[in-house]
Order: sequence, then C-alpha cells, then structure tokens
Amino acid sequence: MQIRRMGAALVAAGAMVAGLTACGGGEATTVLQKAKDEKKLVVGVKYDQPGLGLKKPDGTVEGFDVDVAKYIAGKMGVPESGIEFKEARSANRESFLKQGQVDLVIATYSITDARKPQVTFAGPYYLAHQDSLIRADDASITSLETLKGKKVCQVSGSNSWKNITEGTNKMSLKVEASLVPAGGYDECIAKLKSNAVDVVTTDDTILAGFAKREGSALKVAGAPFTDEKYGIGIKKGDIETCNEINKIVAGMWTDGTAAKLLEKHFAGTGLKVETTAPPAEGCA
Amino acid sequence: MDTSALFDFSPLVQEFDKILIGFWSTIRLTVMSAIIALVLGTILVAMRVAPTPVLRWAGTAYVNVVRNTPLTLVLILCALGLSDTMQLTFSEDPTTNYFWWAVAGLSAYTATFVCEALRSGINTVALGQAEAARAIGLTFIQSLRLVVLPQAFRSVISPLGSILIALTKNTTIVIVASYLDAAAQMKQMFDDYGGTIPIFLGFAFGYMVLTLPTGFLFGWLAKRLAVAR
Repeated sequence: MQIRRMGAALVAAGAMVAGLTACGGGEATTVLQKAKDEKKLVVGVKYDQPGLGLKKPDGTVEGFDVDVAKYIAGKMGVPESGIEFKEARSANRESFLKQGQVDLVIATYSITDARKPQVTFAGPYYLAHQDSLIRADDASITSLETLKGKKVCQVSGSNSWKNITEGTNKMSLKVEASLVPAGGYDECIAKLKSNAVDVVTTDDTILAGFAKREGSALKVAGAPFTDEKYGIGIKKGDIETCNEINKIVAGMWTDGTAAKLLEKHFAGTGLKVETTAPPAEGCA
Repeated sequence: MDTSALFDFSPLVQEFDKILIGFWSTIRLTVMSAIIALVLGTILVAMRVAPTPVLRWAGTAYVNVVRNTPLTLVLILCALGLSDTMQLTFSEDPTTNYFWWAVAGLSAYTATFVCEALRSGINTVALGQAEAARAIGLTFIQSLRLVVLPQAFRSVISPLGSILIALTKNTTIVIVASYLDAAAQMKQMFDDYGGTIPIFLGFAFGYMVLTLPTGFLFGWLAKRLAVAR
C-alpha cells in the first residue's frame, strides 16, 4: 500500500516535470525580433546598488545600468513605457535568462569565462575595476600588497574577496588577508566603521555609491586590481541580438551618451570614470 | 524553457570538498550550542521552579525576552553589537571569535526552549515525589537533582530531539554573526553557478542527513527511557 502510494507520487512528480518541459516551446524568436514586433522588453537590473541600479520608494528604478538599458531599448525601437524592469540578483541572473523570464540582464554583470558557457554576452559597455573601501583615516592601505594581514569583508554570495586571497587579480598576486564573512555590503560597512574589518572590496562603481552615502568617514583606496567587463546578458545563442547591441553600445560611446550618463550618476562620488569605450568582444 | 539546468548536479561534485567543510561547520556549531544550551536550559529551569522569588522572576524574564526575540536579532546583537562595537572578543582570530559568538547566540536562544521543555517535564512528575524527597530531608537542589530532574528529562526526550533538529536548521543564519556554514556555501555556489535547483536539492539532502538520524535516535531513546507510570 505504502509503496504503491509512493509510486503514484513519483508518477505525478514526473508528469509535472514533463508538463513544465512541454510549455517551453513556442517562441523561438530572438530578443531583437521581440523588441521590433511587440515594442516590449523585460530587463533585469539590480535594485540595491546606488548609482547603478536602485529601486526608489515610488517604485521606479534609477542608475547607470538602468539608463544604459533605456538607451539600448530605445535604439531597438522600444519606448521607455515598453520596458519592464525586474530585479536581477547575482544568484538568479543565469536562470532568469535561461528560462526567458527576462530578455536582457544589465546588472553589474561581469563577463567571465565561467559564465560564458551559460550566457551570451554583448558589450562590454563599461570597464569597472575592483577596489577597496577603507576608513578615511587609514593611511596604511595604498595598494594591493598592503592588504596583507588586513581583515577583508567576505560578502556571502560574491566573488570579489577571491581575487585578493586566491590571486585572480591583474598582478596575479596572492595576498594573505584574513577574511571576515558577512551577509551583505551594509553589514560590511557597519563592520568597517567599528574596526571589525579594515577593507570592503568590490567594483569601484559600487563602492563609489557607498562612499558618497557614508560621507567623510570612508574613502575608496584608489588601488584597482581587476578589470570587470560589464556585459549585457542575453539568452545563450542569441547572436543576432548580441551583434545588434554591440553596435548600439559602440554608438553610445561615440555619440557621447556614455560620458553623459557616467557624469549624471557618478559626479561627486570621487570615482575616476573611464572615458573611453572598453575594447569590444565578439559574440559567442 | 531550458530544462538542462534542472538536472545538472555537477556543481555539487566539483565543490564537494567545500560543501563538506560547510557541513562540518554546521555540525560543530550544532554540537557546541546543543551542549551549552542543555546546561544553560537546566540552570534556567531550576531557577524557574526555585523557592526564591528573585530567581523565579529572573528565569521567567530571561525566557520571555530571549524566546520572543527573533534569532537573527540575537545573532546580530552578538556579532555587530557585543563583538564589533563593544569590542568583547573571544579571540584575536576573527574566525574563532565569530564562531564562539555564533555559539553564544544560538545557545542563549535554544536554552529558553530547553528550559520550557524541561519545565513541562517537571510537571509530569507526580507532586508526591517532590514531597517525599523533602520529607526525607533532601534540600531543594538535592531533590531537583536526584528525584525530579532525572524523571523530567526522561519524559521530554522527544521534545528535546525536536529542539536539536530546530537548532541544526537554525545554524543556517549564522552568516549574520559573520560565520560561514553550509548555507553560506550554498549561497556562494548560487553566485558561482547560477541559482540552480540541483544545488538547492543537494544542500537540502545534506541537512536531512544530519537531522533525520537525530530524529530517529531521539525517538528510539524516548521509547527506551520512558518512565513507566
């Protein structure tokens, strides 16, 4: 009896999986095609990063990534009212694209070799650098080497600490820093201010937002040690859309829009923004 | 929809050593916290049934405050408040320091549940037992230690098992106390490989490997040690 009931449950579960698979089919068109036909796009952006993608209390999102999304969508023929923004967290970006829940991901999405098999990247549209946020009165940290023996905040679900301790940085330098785990960047900032950590590390674009918010207590060290190529994530294999977006991104830099948007979002944060377009990469 | 992501269990194999390290942290946290919570819970229940009103009041106040505070807040108070801001540290090494603060938070919280389970156990011990103990001249502590608590413990083995299982699963939030456990490793893997269902299933299975035997062991113990009345 018990065994039979288990069997029935398994069959039901199997049927459910089959059902999920079946309803996939249908749209085989590219994102570019969708943009042209329906005048609509769903874009995944960050909701929690000041300067890049931040959801405001009135429900709108703002930031550099958001404006890039609006520019690209505009060039593909989608009006601003046709863009639907969804929150893309670091952990769900790949699955959102794979399952077609979003058409594009523009969310501080670094182009890495590990992600390339799963996602087609257009861009890069910006070259950020990983840097360190430190207390303003801390003169001991001036370069990557000086992080040795310092307490570095290790945000769970992020990779920036690995670039320091595992040597995956521009200088290929393994720095023996001690890691202090934390649940998120706000916790790290609290720890930084109470001396429980010495360094909070991630992309300079993100740190700039925090430094601006915290005022004179904290500063960005200005010792970049990686290149983060911010790409536009597209469903794997959608080369047509990728090529089109690459053309749009190149245009964004030549017509001055990129410089204007960077000025709009990072003026006064102390971030040394890149002034030239990052070298283009092909679509794969 | 692409279904290959639903069945790709390879990240679990690739990161197997790190997953084991994560679960080893979970086990260490659980065992240390369980021992301390059991001791602390026993002291608390002794306070709650003590003849001295001050002790009774203190025990009741502690249980009511800590039991009704979310565990996340207890752990944040330990790590951000006591350790970082007030600089009360167990060790110079951050990993050791935050491990003990996580254990402190978990056991302070779990002790309240142990205390209440034991108190219900004490209520199952017939009043005559305590009266007889006092009649032959045992002091309060002696009657508690030799007569009442041994019987109380034996009648609440099952609830204590449930508390231990809850404690095992509660360790998943120690990241707020700056300590890495299996759940933090899972979050890291979600970032490295994308949040796929197989990773989630693998970790859910891992927790079951820890909690299911605990449940069976305590069920068996409860049957074996039950007080025949």
